[in-house]
Amino acid sequence: MYEYSYKNRPFTLEIRSPLRSGLSEPDSTRIRKAAHCGMDEQPTRGASEGSATGGQPVDEAALLARLRAGEDAAFEGFVRVNSGPMLALARRYARSEEDAREVVQEAFMQAFRGLDGFQGNARLSTWLHRITINAGLMRLRRQRRHPEESIEELLPEYYADGHRVDPGNAWGRSAVEKLQCEETRALVRSKIESLPEDFRNVLLLRDIQDLSTEETATLIGVTAGTVKVRLHRARQALRTLLDRHVARGDI
Amino acid sequence: MPRKLTCAELIDFLMDYFDDELDAGEREAFDRHLSVCPHCVDYMESYAATIKAGKAAYPEADKELPTDVPEALVRAIVESRKSD
Repeated sequence: MYEYSYKNRPFTLEIRSPLRSGLSEPDSTRIRKAAHCGMDEQPTRGASEGSATGGQPVDEAALLARLRAGEDAAFEGFVRVNSGPMLALARRYARSEEDAREVVQEAFMQAFRGLDGFQGNARLSTWLHRITINAGLMRLRRQRRHPEESIEELLPEYYADGHRVDPGNAWGRSAVEKLQCEETRALVRSKIESLPEDFRNVLLLRDIQDLSTEETATLIGVTAGTVKVRLHRARQALRTLLDRHVARGDI
Repeated sequence: MPRKLTCAELIDFLMDYFDDELDAGEREAFDRHLSVCPHCVDYMESYAATIKAGKAAYPEADKELPTDVPEALVRAIVESRKSD
């Protein structure tokens, strides 16, 4: 954990080292809602990610065989057990509840079509989880509303001597806190969704979905190095987009 | 990384700094630059705030609380498989 407290700064910004991928401490990276936003902390309960069986051990091979055989009862049970976690997951990629449900439906259709090709090298629930994320990302791509600015346009510019062309102003504590409030969430999400697709996806997978660098690389089919570069650029680009609002006093 | 950083270099390696992936010499060069460059301190703070804002925009409640499964959704999925 690094605390930055410089003499002229009115506040310190605590940066926790669990930004590093792979650490599984669910609470340490969670951002508490600023008290002055008037939000109560939501109670959280541990819930296993996409448990296909509600915690009961199941013979996955047997279930898979029944699904491949086209058994209606097996499929319906499979849907019932997994829809909840998939819906919760889909909401991160959807702009509305209806969209989230469509993502889940699309994910099941892909799973159904992909049953024969499923190698059994992961648990069914893990496989469904990945399909759901992909379906969510695909939906975001189809729903792109505004022309995207290219990533280059959103990165800082520098003079030959390495100074930034437009250093702008500090954000200040008030803006930093307001950016985490419920009221600002829709704005922040829309900025994330407006990022160029490759960069948006990595930011969603790494910072929001908390996948590791390696998991993200595997999921989207690039190297770990590419994931790191894209994540850093995505964050810089998002910062640029948010900075426009902070500078205008919108936030 | 050279001992004396430019702002461009600092920002380029900012993620590695946060992720604790710099060696002692690199970290020292970073800290030295930050101690004389308020613009980079500003940038770093807004970068960290950006990450926090992104995470806060997708609250944990969605992930942790069990979700009721709407019956209509189950029906729709079961039906659409039949016509697939």
